[in-house]
Amino acid sequence: MVQLTLPKNSRIKTGKTWPKPEGATNVRKFQIYRWSPEEGGNPTVDTYFLDMDKCGPMVLDALIKIKNEIDPTLTFRRSCREGICGSCAMNIDGINTLACIYGLDEISGDVKIYPLPHMPVVKDLIPDLTHFYAQHASIMPWLETKTNRPAKEWKQSIEDRKKLDGLYECVMCASCSTACPSYWWNGDKYLGPAALLHAYRWIVDSRDEATGERLDDLEDPFKLYRCHTIMNCTKTCPKGLNPAEAIAHIKKMMVERAV
Amino acid sequence: MNYLTDRKRAEGLGSGRKGTHHHWKMMVTSISLVVLVPLFVFVFGSALGRSQEEVMAFLSRPFPLIVIAMGLIVGLTHIKMEIDEAVEDYVHGIARKLTLVATAALVYTLMVAGLFALLKLAL
Repeated sequence: MVQLTLPKNSRIKTGKTWPKPEGATNVRKFQIYRWSPEEGGNPTVDTYFLDMDKCGPMVLDALIKIKNEIDPTLTFRRSCREGICGSCAMNIDGINTLACIYGLDEISGDVKIYPLPHMPVVKDLIPDLTHFYAQHASIMPWLETKTNRPAKEWKQSIEDRKKLDGLYECVMCASCSTACPSYWWNGDKYLGPAALLHAYRWIVDSRDEATGERLDDLEDPFKLYRCHTIMNCTKTCPKGLNPAEAIAHIKKMMVERAV
Repeated sequence: MNYLTDRKRAEGLGSGRKGTHHHWKMMVTSISLVVLVPLFVFVFGSALGRSQEEVMAFLSRPFPLIVIAMGLIVGLTHIKMEIDEAVEDYVHGIARKLTLVATAALVYTLMVAGLFALLKLAL
């Protein structure tokens, strides 16, 4: 059954409050989820204060500043700091997004930062994305061909190439899948918006020759049809993509070949 | 503990090779109900408050009888599919299968009972 309340060992408690920076006039409060497997126990929310006159404009800048200057144990993923790698996805101010491209000026009041929802936590703001990545691998995210020619270059018209726009840009940050209630309740079987968007990216690719097999693999009450067009995926996507539309296109293709 | 690879867990038992028919049926019944529900309300409403003889005479005409029967069949079929979706979403394990069986039993009983009552009034 769906769990409507958190298990006892998951209930979040109030954590440590770190001192305010001395002499700062422009101070902002950050409340950040903390949990460490070494320490065990329940997760906590620690409170930090930053001098915003000495902080960069993005949420990731603030996290790095906290880690460098206040608390080196704060753990989070980050790499490119420009919305390309998808590493720093987290729940900021109630929205799943990338910390590196989410401006602190977009948040009013205290900044509340949690890991992506409904995923096992490795430590602090790092979710375990193992199953998410395995689901992505299961949709065969590569060009599948059967004919031997052309041996090198597979040509594509400008019109067909345009069909991939809005699909290939996905950075697999998992913001969409972890915002989807269907993925929360049935994530073991439902592929989720990210994997399905990638599946459609290859289904719609004019060069791919495994369209039928790809649709066969998705024809399942759980893998595909757990999507109820809730649209959280589209609303939260930090890259401005539309996974819900991609899923709708897959369903349309399913109907076209069956009815 | 099972020593399964991540890919094995993600693949599970593979595709059930069904779902499109259910999806299509949902769309067909939804569109049908856009027409049927107002008709059902109009026909059913116009029979309200009348005497038993008048209602029986009213229901013996083909149009009201067909509209109410269609409303029952299509409406309950749609409701069953919606409940199935909700059950598949929120109930897991053996409880899911048992709930699906109970839902089917309840809905089909309601459908047959409704049609029986309708025919008894009409004929």
